[in-house]
Amino acid sequence: MTAKTIYDWTDERLGLSELAAFARHKTVPVHAQSFWYYWGGISLFLFMVQCFTGVLLLVYYRPGAEAYESVRQITFVMHFGWLIRSAHAWAANLMIFSILVHMFSVYFMKAYRKPREFGWLSGMALLGVASVFGFSGYLLPMDELSYFATKVGLEIPAAIPWVGQGIASMLRGGPDVSEFTVQRFFALHVVVLPGLFLPLLAFHLWLVQKHGNAAPPSVEALPAAERKSMPFMPNFLRKDLAMWLISLNILALLASVFPWSLGKQFDALAPAPMGIHPEWYFMSPFEMLKLLGMVKWLQGEPGEIAGILLFTLGIVLWILIPFYDKDKASGQRARAAHYFGLVAVFALLATTIIGYWTIR
Amino acid sequence: MTEFAKLENIVEEPGERNTRRAFLVAAGAAGLAYTAALGYPIYRYLASPAEMAMSATAVTEVMLKDAQKLPAGAVLMFKFGTSPAMLIHHEDGRWVALTAVCTHLGCTVQYEPQADRIHCACHGGVYNPYTGANVSGPPPKPLKLFKVAVNDTGVEVSRA
Repeated sequence: MTAKTIYDWTDERLGLSELAAFARHKTVPVHAQSFWYYWGGISLFLFMVQCFTGVLLLVYYRPGAEAYESVRQITFVMHFGWLIRSAHAWAANLMIFSILVHMFSVYFMKAYRKPREFGWLSGMALLGVASVFGFSGYLLPMDELSYFATKVGLEIPAAIPWVGQGIASMLRGGPDVSEFTVQRFFALHVVVLPGLFLPLLAFHLWLVQKHGNAAPPSVEALPAAERKSMPFMPNFLRKDLAMWLISLNILALLASVFPWSLGKQFDALAPAPMGIHPEWYFMSPFEMLKLLGMVKWLQGEPGEIAGILLFTLGIVLWILIPFYDKDKASGQRARAAHYFGLVAVFALLATTIIGYWTIR
Repeated sequence: MTEFAKLENIVEEPGERNTRRAFLVAAGAAGLAYTAALGYPIYRYLASPAEMAMSATAVTEVMLKDAQKLPAGAVLMFKFGTSPAMLIHHEDGRWVALTAVCTHLGCTVQYEPQADRIHCACHGGVYNPYTGANVSGPPPKPLKLFKVAVNDTGVEVSRA
């Protein structure tokens, strides 16, 4: 039996040649902003790294009362355990970062316009699930920092009027963060969230295949003859893979040169350590709540509620952008959406910087 | 045709073939080294418990504290290194220590004082409780005996 007969046999049943023909015809626009097309792929790669290193951690991690001890074992007893754990923690942060870069590039290139609304919505859902991944994973070592970060983080849903306290104790599995919390966060982190993330990701990637990469309005406005593109196979794919290799090298460097630390075991009776602060991607909402609480007539609970309302409103407006910025035919930038984006970037950066500034 | 596609079709000069070959060999070697650098920590990480068990099997003696108080006709299960072992205090006063791992398929065996035998519940293997000899059933080899030294603080079991 020759390779050709095997190929023909498989092709007849799976339609491989249709896929190959599709891949041959797929192109990627080439223009000054083409660099930003790599960030979705980088996010995907980092997610795969997370799956891989996550399974490796799962080999020795024990949720519940032994959580801290098992992470201590992974970090200090198992060969290279510190490296696997460090890679998982670093890749988590890099993944959130690259998803954010991907999101802002899509936003400013206006790639959410018709017919790509579902791509935008599924991407936002993926970012939402990714941040819950980050929040739940942060607790799993059960050291001092993760204990207090989770305690404070769950005060945000707790501030929702009427139902908040119920939601918070449901998430915690009791009135306080305990081994019940780590056990359910574990179930969330390794079963529920992957179960949500993977189908969303498949949908998101399928849409990218269906509609292709969006060109920014300035490029769309050019006559067809002046628009450049490159074939996806093999040219773009090769560059994509090169980006993955660069990402892997950066990750390896960060994970080994700056190994992720493990604090003291949590102690429900110990005071919060100095300089405690949330992960950088939660710094902005944390700081906004803090700033609003400083406004005189918003002190205390009204401030928290106002903060949550403002933040929720901003996120809803952000998610719905494809539906009020549909200006496509004219090829002109819809200025309002553009300025809203700039304001959002400025607010996020400013509150994050203020947040870090006021720790030290 | 795009610029990228044009690059693919450049005609090769005859002398370029060697440099291309050298490049491919170097790239292949670099790729292998890279994969090895990634694979080695993962292998060592997964092999950690096996490596720790290796150092535990190097154990040559175990001190069983207060085991001298074991009544006649009773058995004490203990770990010798990583595998289960048994200390039997026979009715006639003799002390015997043997591995408790069946030589057939590795189940843990049990001492039955009323039948005065060592029995494996998995496939019905029977051993002599004094010598460890395989008496009947599928076991191909006897259970290994340990040296036993009883004193007034405990029982010391060591490799024979």
